[in-house]
Amino acid sequence: MSWDWQVFCQDTITQEVGASCFGQGGDITYLDWMLSAWGWTVSVSLLSLIVALVVGSVIGTLRTLPDSPWIVRLGNAWVEFFRNIPLLVHIFLWYHVIPSIFPAMKSLPGFVLVVFALGFFTSARIAEQLRSGILALPRGQRYAGMAMGFTTFQYYRYVLLPMAFRIIIPPLTSETMNIFKNSSVAFAVSVAELTMFAMQAQEETSRGIEVYLAVTGLYVISALAINRIMAFVEKRSRVPGMIAAGGGGH
Amino acid sequence: MNLNIDWSFFTWDLFTNFVLKGLYFSLFLTVVATAGGIALGTVLALMRLSGKKWLDLPATIYVNGMRSIPLVMVILWFFLLVPLIIGRPIGAEVSAIITFVAFEAAYFSEIMRAGIQSIPRGQVFAGQAMGMTYGQNMKLVVLPQAFRNMLPVLLTQTIILFQDTSLVYAIGAYDMLKGFEIAGKNYGRPIEAYMAAAVVYFIICYALSWSVKRLHKKIAIIR
Repeated sequence: MSWDWQVFCQDTITQEVGASCFGQGGDITYLDWMLSAWGWTVSVSLLSLIVALVVGSVIGTLRTLPDSPWIVRLGNAWVEFFRNIPLLVHIFLWYHVIPSIFPAMKSLPGFVLVVFALGFFTSARIAEQLRSGILALPRGQRYAGMAMGFTTFQYYRYVLLPMAFRIIIPPLTSETMNIFKNSSVAFAVSVAELTMFAMQAQEETSRGIEVYLAVTGLYVISALAINRIMAFVEKRSRVPGMIAAGGGGH
Repeated sequence: MNLNIDWSFFTWDLFTNFVLKGLYFSLFLTVVATAGGIALGTVLALMRLSGKKWLDLPATIYVNGMRSIPLVMVILWFFLLVPLIIGRPIGAEVSAIITFVAFEAAYFSEIMRAGIQSIPRGQVFAGQAMGMTYGQNMKLVVLPQAFRNMLPVLLTQTIILFQDTSLVYAIGAYDMLKGFEIAGKNYGRPIEAYMAAAVVYFIICYALSWSVKRLHKKIAIIR
């Protein structure tokens, strides 16, 4: 078997190898295309992560509120809804079903809809992790907050959540890496991310192995980068004496 | 709000004509990948716990490699590579089965490894003191307990696996989601078809995870 890495220097339209591997004067090589696809993967993942963190934190907190069974049930329903339907189906629901129910959303690009689908999907997992993080805290912390005269909002904000978020950094790391991996499902609704690039470039150039190797490499690099960033966050946010040291980013 | 939804097209005939074939494949894929994945995953876990570098290293690379790549890419890789290796084209369904066994083995091996490590060292020493060989010790002492400890997690992974089978969409294999999609296209009702797919997936997975929860409680009491 012979390698042909020249494929990345080919023009995407004429299929000719140019002088430079980056297209000039508006031409696009496969390398250009792949890097922009990586950009899409990163943007989808990071924006989904923001949506997931915000929504997941709210839902996860609501599920631990004392004396409000209906709010807890609503939060549980949210989590069950997202945990029991495959991500691909959620993406189809957002891409095909929701715009037809709310015509105002028809003008939104597929990219935005995928961000919502992936973000909400992951929010259910983060909510579950945050809930177990809060429940893992000694009950005395909550009572101490109450005894200090804090309102419910205050003791969550100043006592429970700061500790709970630190506890869940390791599972949050794997969830962040999962988001990057899950963003590949966006290929199904034609978002121009890495997997979409891999499929199309493979078809156009028939150099599948080179294309897949490069794309796989970019996914691995992204995952490693996240792992390092989260390990750094964990190290910086550690409360001395409270949480056992060690245990890397996984 | 412009709700133009018509369920009248959704009949039992449609279900048997389009969806059932896909549902069978999804379930078949889940069962085969679970069985194959647990078997292969146990081997990988034993390799990683063997303490011999030449066994540990390849297993670690395999498991961590598989776990850092998106499943869709793994599906595409196998669909590309398997025909090259065996020298003749294979169908999307066969390719999907091979992929899922190989991919899930990595995840099951991590579960098995945790399960084996959860067995107190004293159990292994007791087995050794009884004069058991490594194989006997694993088969009669460690693995039965590990499997039991890990059963709820293994089953939860199987539910995730069932959901992941929808990703064979990438190579066009005929699974349940595909069945719904084709039915929706044929009847000009894609919206309802996707909603129905979501409902069916939800019912199956919710029922399964509810049973796993029950089982977990039962096992916890016995232990």
